[in-house]
Amino acid sequence: MSMARTRSPLGRALGLGSAKDGVEHWWRERVSAVALVPLTVWFTASIVVHTGDNYAGFIAWLEVPLTTILMTLLLIALFYHSALGLQVVIEDYVHSGIRIPLLVGMRLGCFALAVAGILATLKIALGT
Amino acid sequence: MANALSDRPRPVSPNIQIYRPQLTSVLSIANRIAGVVLAVYAVGLVIWLVAAATGPEAYATVHAFIRSWVGQVLLFACSFCFFFHLCGGIRHLAWDAGYGFSLRAIYASGWTVVAATIALTVLTWAIAIVVPGVSR
Repeated sequence: MSMARTRSPLGRALGLGSAKDGVEHWWRERVSAVALVPLTVWFTASIVVHTGDNYAGFIAWLEVPLTTILMTLLLIALFYHSALGLQVVIEDYVHSGIRIPLLVGMRLGCFALAVAGILATLKIALGT
Repeated sequence: MANALSDRPRPVSPNIQIYRPQLTSVLSIANRIAGVVLAVYAVGLVIWLVAAATGPEAYATVHAFIRSWVGQVLLFACSFCFFFHLCGGIRHLAWDAGYGFSLRAIYASGWTVVAATIALTVLTWAIAIVVPGVSR
């Protein structure tokens, strides 16, 4: 007997059940979390050390290749992790018609913010 | 039969309103709330970077807001949420690896998260307030 046979006719007709991507989502959330531990600690420590810096000081800090690289990695991991986390929150608590538009908007927003942050970082780093 | 079933509201579990709040449940939902709050603060990070890339005037505007008392309170809340989500996240990663599931360990790690969050937040602000005076 196949697994599909054990599902109720109503459940099958409504197309409810596992989307089969839960494990993948879970792993991506953990991997991005592991990446964010050193990246966010580095960022926080840097902000603390550079407290009181003026504009020139801030630019000089962001221009250092290692800073540029870490900031880019931070933005990627941060918005990827945010998108995965917010997706679960929306899926758990939003059950009205705005659920899907909200999920799509959130995904696009996270992507746009990551791109904006990375391009701003690169513009400063490359001095154009 | 199918109609009678689908017309009736399905039982929903868990009914969280009947439970007394415990450290475990409070930290669980707080970790989620902190994550959502940090996602909102991430927008601020991008605004800050884009302002810096735009030029000194735009950066000065954002910087003036951060230096204002509203900005400082928001930044303090951000640091608290960050350290809480960081410590809570590390606790979750330990669970994911299969460690710390005894009731005793769960409460010990829970209180450790609370203590570490407060300690790291206070330590960070203490250094941030002292550092500019030392180096300049």
